[in-house]
Amino acid sequence: MIISIASGKGGTGKTTVAVNLALSVVNTQLLDCDVEEPNAHLFLKPEIANSVPAYTPVPVIDEQKCNWCGVCREACAYNALAVIPPDGPQKKGAVLVFPHLCHGCGACAFLCPRKAINEERKEIGVVESGRCGDLLFVHGKLKIGEVMAPPLVRQVKRHADSGRTVIIDAPPGTSCPVIAAVKGSDYCVLVTEPTPFGLNDLGLAVEVLKKLGIPFGVVINRSDIGDDKTEAFCRNEGVSVLMRIPFDKDIAVLYSKGIPFVREKKEYIKGFRAMFDGIKRTLR
Amino acid sequence: MKQVLVISGKGGTGKTILTASFAALAKNKVMVDCDVDAADLHLVLHPDIRERFEFRSGKTAKIDAGLCSKCGKCAEVCRFESVKDGFEIDAVACEGCGFCAKVCPAGAITMEENISGEWYVSDTEYGPLVHAKLGIAEENSGKLVAKVRQAAKEMAEKEKRDYVIIDGPPGIGCPVIASMSGVDVAVVVTEPTVSGQHDMERVLEVADHFKIKSCVVINKWDINPEHTAAIERFCGAKGINVAGKIPFSKQICESVVKGVPAVKICAGEPADAITKVWDGVKNGA
Repeated sequence: MIISIASGKGGTGKTTVAVNLALSVVNTQLLDCDVEEPNAHLFLKPEIANSVPAYTPVPVIDEQKCNWCGVCREACAYNALAVIPPDGPQKKGAVLVFPHLCHGCGACAFLCPRKAINEERKEIGVVESGRCGDLLFVHGKLKIGEVMAPPLVRQVKRHADSGRTVIIDAPPGTSCPVIAAVKGSDYCVLVTEPTPFGLNDLGLAVEVLKKLGIPFGVVINRSDIGDDKTEAFCRNEGVSVLMRIPFDKDIAVLYSKGIPFVREKKEYIKGFRAMFDGIKRTLR
Repeated sequence: MKQVLVISGKGGTGKTILTASFAALAKNKVMVDCDVDAADLHLVLHPDIRERFEFRSGKTAKIDAGLCSKCGKCAEVCRFESVKDGFEIDAVACEGCGFCAKVCPAGAITMEENISGEWYVSDTEYGPLVHAKLGIAEENSGKLVAKVRQAAKEMAEKEKRDYVIIDGPPGIGCPVIASMSGVDVAVVVTEPTVSGQHDMERVLEVADHFKIKSCVVINKWDINPEHTAAIERFCGAKGINVAGKIPFSKQICESVVKGVPAVKICAGEPADAITKVWDGVKNGA
């Protein structure tokens, strides 16, 4: 079973819920798919056993074969190729490749009539895996200056272990990296806080999950701050509130130090297990 | 004209709260919300929409079932696993590359333009705001960011505004890089937690990579003064200015609930701290 933890708004407690849930339930694997800003390792401090660079394909032009016909530029939907035709017999033509615009679809290489395009690997980050006690851990780290997170997210997800409960820590927002992270999940836990920002972004995240057809429920973090509009929203929309975590200075301090709070506040283990059992019942 | 970007790496550190206060403090400026997939600045600035624009970007494949011979060529070439069993396109997975349409022997696939969102030019109590709404589960947020930034910059130049104040998205990827290009200063808001610092370090590296000048603001600094000191040491060693430290304050939380920039209703320390940050940024922090 795959459970993803998402939110819309950042900083509501996705990583907190993902990490503490993973530690409270047996036989779990945590995939940190927030590849732009992965944080779960700061709390789990896993022993990393494998570190594998992640790549995406980008075109490389064989200048010996290229005759600047322009088919590749026509084929590219992302303007990642520019063709400069030859300027008389003196000056040769050229094809410019803009790797940061390339989505790695492969159309240019396939369609080039002279087979003048090879695809080479461009490093976009790293996938690291290991364990934290019985918990299996995998995360991706996007390389600095790299634009595209989704291919790396997909590569992290390939490590999902079908024999375990897989918990995915998703990035914030509602666009491509989030979709890449939550797609294929059996269930999604949306973590929010009861403020107008939290509620606005929760509403957007709910729309995304409806569109993807993934069942979901909500965890309200710092449930006693802000206002009661989030509770009202959940009631009116028929969204189940799976758990409420009140604001607690101890939890905030443990968080600031990188300590999963179930390690110190054992009473929450029961709460996370109950939430997990509830999710299993919903899906049965 | 100066472009000031507020970013953080980690979400929820206080970007929008700070941006909204900058909006109230700065004179003669244009605001932009570049967090286009989870925009919140409008909840504090309460814009009146003056103009509305469609954001068209990218395409999605569509298979004409009447023409399709089910040969499977499309599924074979697609690298985004967008061709579902039964030869239908998974519109969410499709990245619009058009490879399938190019190879389909039956000519059954067309590429249809997406309307992937809307963007707006609005008036607020504090000046003009350019903002956007990305469609549900749409892509190309980077392009929409570039669009709203371009519109704001043109407006600022035309109206001889002194500042463009940009509320940035979290993370370090495509929309962040689109928010960052060509700004005069990136104000990185962090909090004294291990994740706050980790994510701040990554986003500072991105700024450095693109040669963008940055400064740091430590929000809720007093929830862990030791960690705040560690962040200050880190910045000191890197030669990065800490433009200010904002204390944790229930008043700031209340300002969000009320939908008012924090500096307008918070008395004393938190408001003074934010004002000091803006003064620093204004004077070239």
